[in-house]
Amino acid sequence: MTEWEPVIGLEIHVHLKTRTKMFCACEVVYSDPPNSHTCPVCLAHPGALPVPNLLAIEHTVKLGLALGCEIATRALFHRKNYFYPDNPKGYQISQYDVPLCGRGVFVVPKPGGDQQVGITRAHLEEDAAKNVHIGGAGGRIGGSAHTNVDFNRGGTPLLEIVTEPDLRSADDAKRFLQLLRQTIVELGISDAEMEKGTLRADANVSVRKRGEAGYRTRTELKNMNSFNFIARGMQAEIERQIGVWEAGGEVVQQTFDFDAASGALTPRRSKEEAEDYRYFPEPDLVPVEPGDQLVERARAAVPELPGTRLRRLEAELDFDLAEGLVTSGRDRLYARTPGDRRAVANVLMNELAGKGIDPEAVDGDELGKLVGARASLPRPVFAEAIARSGDEGFRAEPYLAEVAVTDVGELGPLIDTILAANPGQVAAFRGGKDGLLGFFVGQVMKETGGKADPRAVNELLRAKLAG
Amino acid sequence: MSRAPIDTLRLTAEEALGLLERKEVSARELWDAYRAAIDARDEELHCFLTHVDEPNGEGVPIALKDVIGTKGIETTAGSKILKGFVPVYDSTVARRCKDAGLATLGKTNTDEFAMGSSTENSAFGPSRNPWDPSRVPGGSGGGSAAAVAGGLAPWALGSDTGGSIKQPAALCGIVGLRPTYGTVSRYGIVAFASSLDQVGPTTKTVRDCALLYRIIAGRDPNDSTTADVPAVELPEREDLKGVRVGVPRQMVEAEGIEPGVRDAFERTLELARELGAEVGECELPLSVEYGLPCYYLVAPAEASSNLSRYDGVRYGLRAPDAGYHEMVMRTRDEGFGDEPKRRIMLGTYALSAGYYEAYYGQAQKVRTVIRREHADAFERFDVLVSPTSPTVAFELGAKTQDPLAMYANDLLTIPSCMAGLPGLNVPCGLSEGLPVGLQLIGPQFAENTLFAVGHALERAIGFDYVPKRLR
Repeated sequence: MTEWEPVIGLEIHVHLKTRTKMFCACEVVYSDPPNSHTCPVCLAHPGALPVPNLLAIEHTVKLGLALGCEIATRALFHRKNYFYPDNPKGYQISQYDVPLCGRGVFVVPKPGGDQQVGITRAHLEEDAAKNVHIGGAGGRIGGSAHTNVDFNRGGTPLLEIVTEPDLRSADDAKRFLQLLRQTIVELGISDAEMEKGTLRADANVSVRKRGEAGYRTRTELKNMNSFNFIARGMQAEIERQIGVWEAGGEVVQQTFDFDAASGALTPRRSKEEAEDYRYFPEPDLVPVEPGDQLVERARAAVPELPGTRLRRLEAELDFDLAEGLVTSGRDRLYARTPGDRRAVANVLMNELAGKGIDPEAVDGDELGKLVGARASLPRPVFAEAIARSGDEGFRAEPYLAEVAVTDVGELGPLIDTILAANPGQVAAFRGGKDGLLGFFVGQVMKETGGKADPRAVNELLRAKLAG
Repeated sequence: MSRAPIDTLRLTAEEALGLLERKEVSARELWDAYRAAIDARDEELHCFLTHVDEPNGEGVPIALKDVIGTKGIETTAGSKILKGFVPVYDSTVARRCKDAGLATLGKTNTDEFAMGSSTENSAFGPSRNPWDPSRVPGGSGGGSAAAVAGGLAPWALGSDTGGSIKQPAALCGIVGLRPTYGTVSRYGIVAFASSLDQVGPTTKTVRDCALLYRIIAGRDPNDSTTADVPAVELPEREDLKGVRVGVPRQMVEAEGIEPGVRDAFERTLELARELGAEVGECELPLSVEYGLPCYYLVAPAEASSNLSRYDGVRYGLRAPDAGYHEMVMRTRDEGFGDEPKRRIMLGTYALSAGYYEAYYGQAQKVRTVIRREHADAFERFDVLVSPTSPTVAFELGAKTQDPLAMYANDLLTIPSCMAGLPGLNVPCGLSEGLPVGLQLIGPQFAENTLFAVGHALERAIGFDYVPKRLR
């Protein structure tokens, strides 16, 4: 059987964290009532002109530096012309042949070594408004009774990152995206939350036979709004394409929406004719010249990148654990928490996760004390302590005092009392009903308010029941 | 106390300012005088699309071309697609005029979206030339020019993309300045071709022109293509000693220049020499040969994009009940006249995949060549001169069936526009009883030079800007 090799390139859109929109002074707020953040510029009233948001430019330069991109000394904005209700000017201001960030390489550590993912470009543009199609089927403009447009999102700054087709599996793509997301978050340029739509990824997917030169026809996957959906969507498309080729068919260039609930790929209706966006340099704006000062300021603000830290962590932890810590933003807490490295890492990945705790707010020393005492603390106490570990002024001390009762001298008489009070169950256990041990453990726990050390209780019970 | 009534045909804006300062007339009296002139003559001349009933300032009144956005006052750009559209914000120039106390008399007629050379492309009917109402006032800013020449406004603002201030000023016998690109904010101006559009004054005298330019010019944070502007100097000099005046050979030898226009121009050159100017010949071969065709690629290309916002979704005309795409198509079909449609098609084609490099891309390269040719000429000369228009005002309807003949009107005004340079029209005589205009071109930001030279020539020429039939 022939071996197939997936070829994947990604296009990532990131909502930049700025106070105002890309080309006007309207505030960027998505949660307010529709059209409450609009002005003549973002509504495209006659005569309105764009003025670029310098912070968005600085954010883009920062990202470009983190991705090892060449930063343009003189970048251009272009107009991308098309008609749609969410595009009030009839053109979107974007970048075309001279983007702010040119070629770069993003290094993604993998278990077997580094993967170099080529960055084609990263550019700045304005987001479209939001169309809400009312009535009709399929949520499309054709056939809907009418369409409402909310311009709050219209004109907000959007960063687009395009990779080379360098990724060779759905898992690689997911790994790349997770590390990229963490990098973006740490640069402070975006929340980059897929669930909120502040990070969106489209994938170009094709397959070819291993060793084959060139690429075969690719398809585009859109609408994947979580890392898991992305991996599953790409995997499904890879398998579909392999099936098509192996059945002697031909993959057709098209765009799919991935439905996470059903796992199905739905092809978008193909456009009747190829779109011609008639790009030309935006005459209302002068070229963007970032300048040495801005670039150096941005460079100084780029922190040590997650990929670099991941590689360092690998020396003392399993790759998966190290990767988990870094892409969840908990590796810095890990580094400042004393104690057994594995134990600390496990607590951070298993206990701290999902509690909504900001790792940066946690005192590593106090957390270290908790991790060290984990074995001797009653389970509910430990869980409660972890949940509070991000609180201002958190101290481990009060929780450490509630150590589990392991003292045989204290537990012995209690167990004797319980056994004496339940002669029937004792007889049944001795008659072979091993499952009744749990009943006795439960009784002990109840009497001690959960503070008894389960292991000590088990041992004692077995000894006494055997006797 | 009795006093001579205000003669709006004769009164300059500078004189009007003086009357107000010395409290010889009140702002209201001045306003009423112009309103009376409008009532008397605008029915014939059709300079205005909108009249304003109450003054919004205590200074000298002003008329604004209808591409200039005015908060609360209908702004249509001469197009049916914007009929009834009332801006929610003031353009920067309208704001600056208000801040200077200038009261808006109304909005003046223009070719639709400033596309034209006669105002005959206005969706609301043409304006007429105060010198001869059977003739056009030029365009696209014919309404502003006719209003000033006809005494309906002391001064006015126009906008110029390829000659829309200079050419109507020439045809109506008044002064018009197209400023250096980037000196006057375009914020709030209904866009035609963004890389060429400039707002500028239309006035009776060069000093009025400098006064109004001083009010509107300067960097604007809302228009990132604006620059800092040198302080404006009111011209005083009466001679031209040491001024080097260049005459581009290809401009004066161009086909289609009427003999009467040529004569008036030659006489003006003679006057310039008498005032002490050093007059010499220079060359602008590529600018004259390729300026017009390149303009008709660049301007329509940008216009095709700028006019995309008129889709019926948010404001302006909307064709009734239809799906989105059909609504957009019907709205634009009903809302735009022939000339915008012609230019949208030309421009769309010039930007299309496969044609971009040959048309728009090539035109932009030629633009660089035109800039260089002009820069070379300014190594040797302080100003360049030519006739502004090859002809005097033509009859209404004479060129409406022949778009190319209409485009050829702008042959001499376009090259310097393509180079982003300032140009001033100064009336320099009559031909067949109609005004002839002299075009003065300067280097970037050399408005003060143009004012100085224009003022000295204006005095020497002694042109009477009051139309003969109205004296």
